[in-house]
Amino acid sequence: MTFGVMLSQLLSGLGQTCLIFALTLIFSLPLGLAVCAGRMSKFAPFGKLVKNKKDCPKFLKALGEAKPIRAIFSFFIAILRGTPLMLQLLVVCYGPYYLFKVNLSSSWKFFALIIGFVINYSAYFAEIYRAGIESIPVGQSEAAQTLGYSKAQTFFKIILPQMVKRTLPPVTNEVITLVKDTSLAFVLTHDEMFTIAKRISAAKTTFTPLLIAGLFYFVFNAIVAFVMTKIENSMKYYE
Amino acid sequence: MSENNILKIENLRKVFDDELEVLKDISLSVDRGEVVGVIGPSGSGKSTLLRCATLLTDMTCGELSYMGEKIVWNGADGRSVYADKKTLKKARSKFGLVFQNFNLFPHYSVMKNLIDAPVSVLGIEKSKAKEKAAELLEKMGLSDKADAYPCQLSGGQKQRVAIARALAMDPEILFFDEPTSALDPELTGEILKVIRQLAQEKMTMVIVTHEMSFAREVADKIVFMDGGVIVEQGAAKDIIDNPQTERMKRFLTKLGEK
Ligand SMILES: Nc1ncnc2c1ncn2[C@@H]1O[C@H](COP(=O)(O)OP(=O)(O)OP(=O)(O)O)[C@@H](O)[C@H]1O
Ligand SMILES: [Mg+2]
Repeated sequence: MTFGVMLSQLLSGLGQTCLIFALTLIFSLPLGLAVCAGRMSKFAPFGKLVKNKKDCPKFLKALGEAKPIRAIFSFFIAILRGTPLMLQLLVVCYGPYYLFKVNLSSSWKFFALIIGFVINYSAYFAEIYRAGIESIPVGQSEAAQTLGYSKAQTFFKIILPQMVKRTLPPVTNEVITLVKDTSLAFVLTHDEMFTIAKRISAAKTTFTPLLIAGLFYFVFNAIVAFVMTKIENSMKYYE
Repeated sequence: MSENNILKIENLRKVFDDELEVLKDISLSVDRGEVVGVIGPSGSGKSTLLRCATLLTDMTCGELSYMGEKIVWNGADGRSVYADKKTLKKARSKFGLVFQNFNLFPHYSVMKNLIDAPVSVLGIEKSKAKEKAAELLEKMGLSDKADAYPCQLSGGQKQRVAIARALAMDPEILFFDEPTSALDPELTGEILKVIRQLAQEKMTMVIVTHEMSFAREVADKIVFMDGGVIVEQGAAKDIIDNPQTERMKRFLTKLGEK
């Protein structure tokens, strides 16, 4: 195998890497917002049972304060952040077969890959968003409320833009991690760059393809960092 | 009820978490053009009163009306019941609130802070809203700051923008919660000047303040609160120069000592 052939194979893998990267971001960034909304839900269906918080039995008070939607989302976020992404990819990909004996089509692997990445990253983004939203002074929503903004207007016009600015640094961290995490696709033997590099390396007993792949990841991330810094700077006009 | 009545609060009680009774039995009526000064020691419930009146905090018991329209009343169980969303939205357009720490929107320019709510809440045409905002900025002495961002302004300028933002909604009544407390003494004067001017223009206002001489000068009526009740209320000069209750006397002496 000439160097040129190896390079072209790696580059085609890089295309897949970029595809996984892009699809994951496109879906997980907004999905994270929905997960965040669930995680911050104040819905307490039994609140009405508590007539007087001071003298009511302890269990009734606890029941009144229970927030089931928040609890469910907290639980799933904990699982997604507390177990290896690699394991999650395997579960999404092969779980349907083992659980329901569904026959998996050949294109399923790629879908499973994207679903696994999107769900995992949306959990991380949700927690970043939540921290960002909670760091915004309540006076902002109160000012909006007294000016007559609806809840949706308050969120999209006042809270969200400020949240984006505040969460940009931690989101950048996640995006950079994602570039490297795409290599986990090898567990589902999806032909992205790292999988291909490993295969060539094993077949030809050479380390070169892995080093080249490493270089590609590095350049990819340098570009990501550059773009994110540009975005950050574009929001520097206010504090 | 007189036709000129803007705000009426009746027998307001506020209990936090069913145990901390912060407002005990507050009744307050504000007529058009009236300036009411609310004074009292820290923790007496002044902010909570304003927050209840501006719908930021739910009342526990009692009634609230704006311009004769009831928006909160006592239900069968004696607890406050709120009107439907639409009525509340309409009520919100009747009042404006100026906060101690301004709460300007940092990502909007001064101009956008002033026109965004009129355009997207009241549905006013953008060009009209801009005209009005420019007028307000001129009145506040901030014509050159239309394109600035809040972070580029001094505290006094921020507060003047916040007042302009509230005025841009054309409210019937303005509430102020210690509008000068976050400001250096030199900057306090410029805010008091603006409020004084509004008073001359017969703007209806309720002002929570620790500036006793200012309250005496600008307010028609003073409400003195302590421990969640209105201890004294009446004409500003009577109340401050001739306090009737021990509590009020003590409060004024304490302030004098500072
Ligand atoms: N959200 C809340 N939950 C529980 N207690 C509260 C809450 N908000 C205010 N309080 C309590 O209510 C009481 C009155 O508070 P409030 O802020 O209305 O006083 P204030 O007269 O405005 O005082 P200051 O002059 O210091 O601003 C205080 O004891 C305060 O601790
Ligand atoms: Mg206060």
